[in-house]
Amino acid sequence: MSCEPWQCAEIAATKKANPIQKPEIVVAMIKKASRPILIVGSNATERWMEGKQLIEYLIDFAKASKVPVVATAHMVGEFIKRGYQPAGFMSAMDIGNRLVDPEWQGIDGKGHPDLVLLIGLPYYMEALILSGLKHFAPDLKTMTLDNMYHAHASWSFPNATLEEWAANLKVITSKFEGGQ
Amino acid sequence: MEFIAKPLQRFLNLTTKNVNIKIDEMKTNTGFIKNLELSIGKVTTDNWTEPMGPTPMPSLTALRDWDMKLLTKYKPFYMPDCDLCCLCTYGKCDLTAGKRGACGLDIAAQSSRIVLLACSIGAATHTGHARHVVDHLIEKYGRKHPIDVGGLNVKVEAPVTRLVTGIKPETLGDLEEVLEYCEMQITHLLSVAHTGQEGNNLDFESKAFHAGRIDQVGMEVADIAQISTLNFPKADPEAPLIKMGIGSVDTSKPVIMCIGHNVVPSVGIIDYMKESKLDDKMEVVGLCCTAFDNTRYYNRAKIVGPISWQLRFIRGGFADVVVLDEQCVRTDAFDEARKVRAPVIAASEKNCMGFKNRTNDPADEIVADLVSGKVLGVLILDPEKVGEVAVKVAKQIAPIRKKMNNLPTIDEIKSLAKTCRQCNLCQRSCPQDLQIPAALKAAAEGNLAPLTDLYEECIGCGRCEEACPVKLQIHSFIVKAGEKFMLEESNLCRAGRGAVQDVEIRNVGSPIVLGEIPGILAVVGCANYPHGGKDVYDICREFASRRFIVVTSGCSAMSAGSYKNEEGKTLYEEFSGGFEAGGVLNVGSCVANAHIAGAAIKVANIFAKRNLRGNYEEIADYIHNRVGAVGLAWGAYSQKAASIASGFWSLGVPVLVGPHGSKYRRMLLGREDKPEDWEVYDARTGNKVNVGPSPEHLFQTVETPQEAMVSIAKLCIRPNDTWKGRSIKLSHYVDLHKRHYGCMPLDLHLFVRTMADVPMTMKDEFTKILEAHDWKETVIPDPTLLPRMIRKMKE
Repeated sequence: MSCEPWQCAEIAATKKANPIQKPEIVVAMIKKASRPILIVGSNATERWMEGKQLIEYLIDFAKASKVPVVATAHMVGEFIKRGYQPAGFMSAMDIGNRLVDPEWQGIDGKGHPDLVLLIGLPYYMEALILSGLKHFAPDLKTMTLDNMYHAHASWSFPNATLEEWAANLKVITSKFEGGQ
Repeated sequence: MEFIAKPLQRFLNLTTKNVNIKIDEMKTNTGFIKNLELSIGKVTTDNWTEPMGPTPMPSLTALRDWDMKLLTKYKPFYMPDCDLCCLCTYGKCDLTAGKRGACGLDIAAQSSRIVLLACSIGAATHTGHARHVVDHLIEKYGRKHPIDVGGLNVKVEAPVTRLVTGIKPETLGDLEEVLEYCEMQITHLLSVAHTGQEGNNLDFESKAFHAGRIDQVGMEVADIAQISTLNFPKADPEAPLIKMGIGSVDTSKPVIMCIGHNVVPSVGIIDYMKESKLDDKMEVVGLCCTAFDNTRYYNRAKIVGPISWQLRFIRGGFADVVVLDEQCVRTDAFDEARKVRAPVIAASEKNCMGFKNRTNDPADEIVADLVSGKVLGVLILDPEKVGEVAVKVAKQIAPIRKKMNNLPTIDEIKSLAKTCRQCNLCQRSCPQDLQIPAALKAAAEGNLAPLTDLYEECIGCGRCEEACPVKLQIHSFIVKAGEKFMLEESNLCRAGRGAVQDVEIRNVGSPIVLGEIPGILAVVGCANYPHGGKDVYDICREFASRRFIVVTSGCSAMSAGSYKNEEGKTLYEEFSGGFEAGGVLNVGSCVANAHIAGAAIKVANIFAKRNLRGNYEEIADYIHNRVGAVGLAWGAYSQKAASIASGFWSLGVPVLVGPHGSKYRRMLLGREDKPEDWEVYDARTGNKVNVGPSPEHLFQTVETPQEAMVSIAKLCIRPNDTWKGRSIKLSHYVDLHKRHYGCMPLDLHLFVRTMADVPMTMKDEFTKILEAHDWKETVIPDPTLLPRMIRKMKE
């Protein structure tokens, strides 16, 4: 597993993400956070692992962890189709823009998120949004659950195979009460 | 100048070279002066009676207040591509998370500085293009050649130029003064990016808007000059349908392939070909905007595809001669062409390719050198000589080359794919993240289907090949695997029609401003699509079917015409070419984008009778609040696309870009959750009225075509919509939202002003939403952001 940006040219980061060496780190970070959210992008229906779409792994995770989901692009409809109602939906740029506003009170209006998990956005879009958050919301913890290393996140998995990705997501889900 | 009375000084108009003194009336002891106009440096023949507005030829800061109004509503969201600034030798400076560089700049200002640089490069490119075209056409046709872009159908011939500069150009010579102004502004704009100049991000942004304004003028000048002289379609809704796709090219004939954006060398080729009576015996084809302008000049020229397909066509060996002009030309085009033994002629000072300048050599000597292979590329800066040389070389070399190509055979692909190390570097270098390693693995096992599947999504950049450690020609593998599709590409695209007629504006002005035509969708720009061009076609067809006005230009106009409906018709055959509800009109090449802005400006001028002359702020305010137009640059990649977008931002017109557009690194986003951002003045009363997020954003990346469609419908909403218009717009928004998002929008209460705004068939659903949000009825204002537009309150 490599901690080089998945897209070779995305190297211009002086402050680079800590590698997530094992999925338990994700679980610990989520449990430590008061107001985590999960942003899910359009690749949630494009990526398949072990015969299942990524979105199905994420529904399992969200149900188990109770982390509120913000769906970007048209993903809200894909969640609803599968019987899961995300906490919110908006464009990827809109959620990024709200997260850099310290006065934004979150999807539920009860407080600014303190941990942002991202997954399934086009790699370059996710990289840019993470960069925006790194620069303009420096107190916010960001973590990508993709199988591609993102230098601009606070925490990122190293580049990993689809099999490793699926295994990681399953382990994370299993560590929450509802995922066992 | 002291002799001019103070009240008259407002008529004084200074430009770089000229002093113009205009006196309407003056009584002195010795006589009475009326309508005196004195120019030093130029004879003025200004018959335009429209009064001059407040900002003719605006300086960098003349429209700063207007820009700041927009930038307050639509604040920048920065996503730096790089944590560093590397622009001076103090650096590199790490600007991460609030750190300042050695010059004091922070990352927000640095990010906006990059935006300004991109927009200035774009504006310089279009203006440089315009300068070349105008100088050449003046040399050929003379300064007094009249500007004519649509005969009697177009009296407002240059709406952008009139609006920005206050000049009404009547001849080619008049365009020189306009260009001088643009060139001066671009010089100032570039200077702003120097270390230790501007330091505030919003001031950089304002200047980026100014670059956009200048860019629109530069584009307009280029296009109206070429329309006026080269017999292009003149605002013609029935401009001819042009053959498009390599499948429409008779490759048994010699083929000249022109790549770039500047038609001048191509005119030389086409003229020489006709004069030599070879027009039936040769093919002239083009990629990108040169292709469009070639077909506007000569309707038997052919378009082979967008700019991103250069590699596939050069390697495919179709071209016997490659002629390069300017902008968006692959800088390795020569290296690629030499591999298929196709001579290259560079025809632009801006793109000399390292070739020897042979402009002053006898044409036959150059031809002999190219045909014999003594030299493989030449620089020729005389367009007529380019024509003679290209035609003669194509004719002589075609039988020698025999369409030699640089594509591997299927067996070679299968064999070479076995050397793939599955290192993933190709996929990791691919902007599309295409699953190339899996396709190569399948190819090695004899199955080319996965490689064929990549053909449609590949944008032709060739980065996969550069990354491959065993030097596999991966792009060529993909092209060969998709060769059947490539050779079958044969479609129709409407030739660029140029401007929108004044009469068309009169017909649609009212329904646009009242909202009954639900919007104008301008699908423009380059071909850096996330999943191929089909998305562009689908989006255009969706909105044309919904009776929006759909305007196309550039590579997007090609993609829009590259697919067919169930009856086998392309968009341009299925829908009318008029500026009307349900029309799909291609205005032309990149520089023709000015006509799209021009149409919006003409709605304000012709329909609403607002003065144009140097009256930018008022017209932009009108457009922003009343004209439901949205730009979509689904595959935008270039700096020119940035400056084109910037020109629309400045007019208050929202622009969407596809996912790759996020790499412009700065969005201009409204916040619908902040009601205080959405107040306008009601010009009738002076009261502030909350009009909701209409439009919500000024520059936004959308991730998927589904998101694009929902966003387009929503971004067409304007404060001025009548209840009928709002109801129509909301019904499209809700319908698309339900289809693509599977649910009702959550923000409908922000767009309903009275119950009459609610679409009849959706009353129950709306009522529930409105009740849940404690919605209250409000008024439909006469909206403006400008206090000076408020009329006195009635007693």
